[in-house]
Amino acid sequence: MSHVSIYVLSQDSAYEFYVNKLGFKVHTDAPMGEGMRWLTVTPPDQPDLEITLMPISEGMMFTKETAATMKELVKKGTFGFGVFECKDIFATYEELKAKGVEFTKEPKKEFYGVEALFKDDSGNWFSLGQKQ
Amino acid sequence: MTTTTYPKVYLYRRIVRAKLFIDNNYSENIDLNNIADEAFFSKFHFIRQFKKIYGKTPHQYLIVVRIEKAMELLRTDIPVSEVCYAVGFESLGSFSGLFKRIVGLTPSAYLLHQQQIKAQILKAPLNFIPGCFAEKKGWKKKSNFEEIGH
Repeated sequence: MSHVSIYVLSQDSAYEFYVNKLGFKVHTDAPMGEGMRWLTVTPPDQPDLEITLMPISEGMMFTKETAATMKELVKKGTFGFGVFECKDIFATYEELKAKGVEFTKEPKKEFYGVEALFKDDSGNWFSLGQKQ
Repeated sequence: MTTTTYPKVYLYRRIVRAKLFIDNNYSENIDLNNIADEAFFSKFHFIRQFKKIYGKTPHQYLIVVRIEKAMELLRTDIPVSEVCYAVGFESLGSFSGLFKRIVGLTPSAYLLHQQQIKAQILKAPLNFIPGCFAEKKGWKKKSNFEEIGH
């Protein structure tokens, strides 16, 4: 897979979250005219997977009404977009918490490994796991 | 949320605090001995724990942070000599040497390469975007992008 999209409420705020808090790298940040912007980031150790931070706006797949509904759903924390793995979950948890990332579950041992849950600045949630 | 249940939380917090200290103060003349003191560890114990968590000694980590920040600044067109001091190096020679060892290019070659990429993005942004997205968003239909294919 080369690209995956995460729907965000604001690209500026998502940039701050993914780059300055999670420590992701900016892959492409290209102005597309008329206020549109193509913004992709990559996890620090996975430079080939581009995560597109996609603003929810009318005109692509969304009608005006769908875009408004989608924004509400994202805000509510309806969507879980995936799992990120780190080398040391306790250290990553402490660091992200210190940077103000909201966790809905602190690292806890489950039968499948240690897991924590956090939200991005829009409301999308992710699982945080540890490489075995 | 319940109270913290995982082991040695105090240890993690100290090491993470030290790591964040490096992240926030890399441009200063950091004395890593002070960091060990602040983390309430003996220097040896501190280095060992830090390496266990981050895979690098604090000194190696500081260098990587400085080089990564240097890459960021070079991408915004700041001259090499300015970047060198802005990220905490005291000599251009050691900055260039370490940069080349880690990045594979000298700082000036990297700066030039980034300027070329940026010029290409401005000239032909659609080359950097999967076609299906551009199509769906109607970007391909825009007149200012039409010349790209010609």
